[in-house]
Amino acid sequence: MAISKEQVTHVANLARLSFTDEELGQFTDQLSQITDMFNELQEVDTTGVAPMTHVVDLVNVLRPDEPAPANPAERDALLHNAPDAQDGYIKVPAILDNGGTDAE
Amino acid sequence: MNFETTIGLEVHVELKTKSKMFSPSANEFGDTPNMNTNVIDWGYPGVLPTVNRGAIEYGMRAALALNATVSKENHFDRKNYFYPDNPKAYQITQFEQPIGTKGWVEVHLSDGSTKKIGIEELHLEEDAGKNTHTGQYSYVDLNRQGTPLIEIVSAPDMHSPEEAYEYMETLRQIIQFTGVSDVKMEEGSLRVDANISIRPVGQKEYGVKTELKNINSFSFLRKGLEYEEKRQAQILLSGGTIRQETRGFNENTGETVLQRVKEGSDDYRYFPEPDIPPLHIDDDWIEKVRASIPEMPASRRNRYINDFGLTASDAQVLTANLEMSDFYEATVAAGADAKLASNWLQGEVSAYLNAEHLGLADTKLTPAHLATMISLITDGTISSKIAKKVFKEIITNGSEPKAWVEAKGMVQLSDPAKLLPMITEVLDNNAQSIEDFKNGKDRAIGFLVGQLMKQTHGQANPKVVNQLLIGELKKR
Repeated sequence: MAISKEQVTHVANLARLSFTDEELGQFTDQLSQITDMFNELQEVDTTGVAPMTHVVDLVNVLRPDEPAPANPAERDALLHNAPDAQDGYIKVPAILDNGGTDAE
Repeated sequence: MNFETTIGLEVHVELKTKSKMFSPSANEFGDTPNMNTNVIDWGYPGVLPTVNRGAIEYGMRAALALNATVSKENHFDRKNYFYPDNPKAYQITQFEQPIGTKGWVEVHLSDGSTKKIGIEELHLEEDAGKNTHTGQYSYVDLNRQGTPLIEIVSAPDMHSPEEAYEYMETLRQIIQFTGVSDVKMEEGSLRVDANISIRPVGQKEYGVKTELKNINSFSFLRKGLEYEEKRQAQILLSGGTIRQETRGFNENTGETVLQRVKEGSDDYRYFPEPDIPPLHIDDDWIEKVRASIPEMPASRRNRYINDFGLTASDAQVLTANLEMSDFYEATVAAGADAKLASNWLQGEVSAYLNAEHLGLADTKLTPAHLATMISLITDGTISSKIAKKVFKEIITNGSEPKAWVEAKGMVQLSDPAKLLPMITEVLDNNAQSIEDFKNGKDRAIGFLVGQLMKQTHGQANPKVVNQLLIGELKKR
């Protein structure tokens, strides 16, 4: 089998998902079948073929750098839809990871 | 045992586009919380991000200014992670194909030498929102979420904390002059993470590196690296091994402290971003962007030296930041003597800005007023002593110097027709000084000039007074 239960558990953890033992077995089987299929595809010689990142034949879909005006109604709706909000902020349980991360 | 230090820096720069990287929300951090957000920034299902052309061109501009090659075939990738500052649960970045590769900058070191430091890549991505922690809760503002960023990854070419410091100075300066970012560390538009390792001199393989994060100034970067150099050397000398980990810099103790043992990049589960079609950049586009790059600091320095007759060190100081350099050029363009304008900006103006903790734009000083004031000094209208008062007035209140000087009666007295009768009077009253002068005591002149200055309340032009006085003394 190409995929182990430990790998599925690890990926599930990264995705914040938890599975029962039964589900874990089921997903391990299914994911193994998927990777098996990719292994079969790997047998095709792709020397000199550029990797393909998209199947749609579009390039350079760009937008001019023009800001949309702020929309207080949309903002209120978004905050209303958040699990909790206060003073215009989204309120979440404290995050104990050294005071926040900037983008890396 | 002697060690060699290896340092590589990862620098994040926020681009000052008008709108965000992948959504049309305004790129304004600091407004009412969450006001500059929309469904795309919040990661709602079914939304479609679109790429900001301005951000692409700013990225290209930075790449070209850093002597990098712009990639012609680009695509974006997803980096997956969960954190409340990014409700999409992924960051759109360029993992496989950065927009710029293989650049370099030349840095000037304190021993007078220069060194080329390589830039491995420069890629485009988006910033995350901002969390504020209070007690049991964190409060999230997504105004910053989606701000365009470039990440500039240096080659591991630096071998001392000083080189890292100078690299940051040079990088900041170049990016600022391109106009794509404010590059202000205190406002977060410039951020730096440092990788540092040491190895015994002669060893080929790099040592195990640690990553320094949460560095709030260039000098903390230098101090943190100096500490880390010593810490790693002590571990190796005592027979220990370095652990690959992320460390923070404690500004109070000057020490670095363990933050976390780093997760592998596999855990980010990168894959090509399916919502954004590939980006092709052709030569025409590259050349158009290249033509839009403003003049870089090195070129300005050459011009200051060759056209304005400044010294290399004057040129260096004036181009340390764009605001100063632009102000200097505008002052010269307004007719000021190039050398005097340089002296004033580096002297009185800089002293004032430092003392008041202000930037040039925060004052009422204009290039035209500074130029006028300098010409009032050179044409003898005001003395350099009076000039200090005039300077204070034009920088704090923004008065027009010529009009203010006239209104306040500060114009220097240079007219011989007015000065001569006063000189005659002073001489008539100081026979002893005339005697002293004839006996070769030059000090007598100083005394007589002083008397005249006293009589004119400091407004007499000392140069003219001196000339007239000597002429009159010789007649007696």
